[in-house]
Amino acid sequence: MKLRLRPCGNFKERYIEELAIFETDFGRLWTLIGIVILFFVIPFLFGSYGLYVLNHIGIYAIAAVGLNILIGFTGQISLGHGAFFGVGAYTAAILMAKLGVPFIPAVILGGIMTSIIGLIFGIPSSRLKHLYLTISTLAGQFILEYIFVHWKSLTGGTEGIILPKSTILGYTLKGDRTFFYVIFMCFVLFLWIAKNIVRTRFGRAFIAIRDNDQAAEGMGIPVFRYKLLSFGISSFYAGFAGALWAAYTGSITPEPFTFTLSIEFIAMIIIGGLGSITGSVFGATFITLINELLSQLAAYLMNLKGLAGVAMTIAPLREFFFGLIIVLFLIFEPKGIAEVWRIVKSSFRLWPFSY
Amino acid sequence: MDFFLTLLVQGLSIGCLYAIAALGFVMIFKSSSVLNFAHGELLAIGAYIFLVISVWLKLPIYLAFIITFVGSFLLGFVIERLFLRPMIGEALIEVIMLTVGLAAMFKGLLLFIFSGNTYVYPNFLPAGLAVKIGSVSISPVYTATFLITVLFLIIFGLFFKYSSQGIYMRSVADSQTAALSLGVNVRRVFALSWAIASLVCAMSGIVLGILNGINVHDLSKMGLKVFPVVILGGLESIGGAIIGGLIIGVIETLVSGYFSTSLRDVVAYVILVIILMIKPYGLFGLVEIERV
Repeated sequence: MKLRLRPCGNFKERYIEELAIFETDFGRLWTLIGIVILFFVIPFLFGSYGLYVLNHIGIYAIAAVGLNILIGFTGQISLGHGAFFGVGAYTAAILMAKLGVPFIPAVILGGIMTSIIGLIFGIPSSRLKHLYLTISTLAGQFILEYIFVHWKSLTGGTEGIILPKSTILGYTLKGDRTFFYVIFMCFVLFLWIAKNIVRTRFGRAFIAIRDNDQAAEGMGIPVFRYKLLSFGISSFYAGFAGALWAAYTGSITPEPFTFTLSIEFIAMIIIGGLGSITGSVFGATFITLINELLSQLAAYLMNLKGLAGVAMTIAPLREFFFGLIIVLFLIFEPKGIAEVWRIVKSSFRLWPFSY
Repeated sequence: MDFFLTLLVQGLSIGCLYAIAALGFVMIFKSSSVLNFAHGELLAIGAYIFLVISVWLKLPIYLAFIITFVGSFLLGFVIERLFLRPMIGEALIEVIMLTVGLAAMFKGLLLFIFSGNTYVYPNFLPAGLAVKIGSVSISPVYTATFLITVLFLIIFGLFFKYSSQGIYMRSVADSQTAALSLGVNVRRVFALSWAIASLVCAMSGIVLGILNGINVHDLSKMGLKVFPVVILGGLESIGGAIIGGLIIGVIETLVSGYFSTSLRDVVAYVILVIILMIKPYGLFGLVEIERV
């Protein structure tokens, strides 16, 4: 078998070649190496704090990939993904704490429940263009937030829910390293699914709807059904990530699932690159690291004498930085880190004759 | 019955506020079809400029009003020039995202400067504004709100109807290409609509500040409250925004009076979802029919 290398031009003859995930065998090789490094090297390089950060990156990346399928590929904006993340977290928490459901079914049901809730808020998109869907998901965000706080018998109100230890087939998950394996196995699986969704019939339909929904309808794509499908998939990703997050942190309150979280998710995919699966991972990494950096900075200043006051004022600057980063990326590099990454790669490849 | 009347009056005055807050929003949407998610932050900026001038610098009230209006008018220009102008021609999603980013930026900045505390204005409203109708007494704040709203509506009605800039703005709202080919400076119209919207926001921010105190979180929430209002009235209709505002204001107050105060914040959004499902283009909105 011959190793497929990158040709010096576009010699594709069949549609199948255009659809292939890996253009060359190097891509396949690098992916394998990446997976090996991810599972056999990284967990042993980092201490418990490093793993904690990595786990959060993994969880947020899953949610961001889902949101990118909706915004980047289908062109429908959701401002409710923070709350959808919360729906997944609460579903899993209630199932595990109150009904004693084991970890795996609880997490999957968390995803399914979220996609049902998501579909309810996605229905207005049937008759309306994306502006209205945006507003409807905004309403969803606030209604769900209200339910998290006020339906005390179910969600425990502001006190929240404490989850029991998660178990898979009798094996108790504890410690950051065990969770690292669970989270990143899901991460790889969901990335693989997303890659395949966007290159097959569904993804092509999503992209057609994003680019011109009238033309898409004219070509025989049932626009409403595909919009809802995209919405359902995206909410499933958010809910699943939320459920993982609940199991990982061990206790949940309504506090994290606010409008700010929704904006953080959007920031992730804009910074990473709209319409790029790998981009969402970059974005999730970038935002989580910035978040950690700013909170570490605040904690560090808090311990210094005389600077505690400064530390207090730094907290709101986090939001400012998010906004600034979103704005700067939109104006100067609307395709995000994924585009920067592509440019870097191709300039290596084309060196010294790049133009 | 008295309780009902009190609630009704209160609801109508809050509705006036929503209406005036929505006015700036509709103005931007009509002329440039941008959904402005930074609306609440614009309200807050106006309210804080007024606070700084009237309370911290202790300048007389009329001067504070003038400086706030001029300042926010210029701010609108600057925002349009710095952030919106480079986005002309980009996809709508990206422009909307830009306003989301702007909202986060402004909110962070305001929290950084003023923190999350609630400030109050000195009481400068004349006591003569208190009105008593039968057994229902209306406090000066509400009368002032009502008067200011009516004043602004008249000014803007005249502006749109008779001034040349107002007519340009309407023509751009109607069709950008047609306006451009007839020699309207569309860029200037965009800039002007942001500036005027920002001024209107400052006004409603000040009124909100008088009513509830000035708090970054509350005011930015107010900016999102505008969405149910404009959706109910129809995104393109200024008259619709006013009626939508009044309806939402009354329903909110009645719900918080008869059921529970905590429901108050969420009822507008519930209404919003229902409207989107049954009458998606609002009461007075432009129905777009697309056929394949």
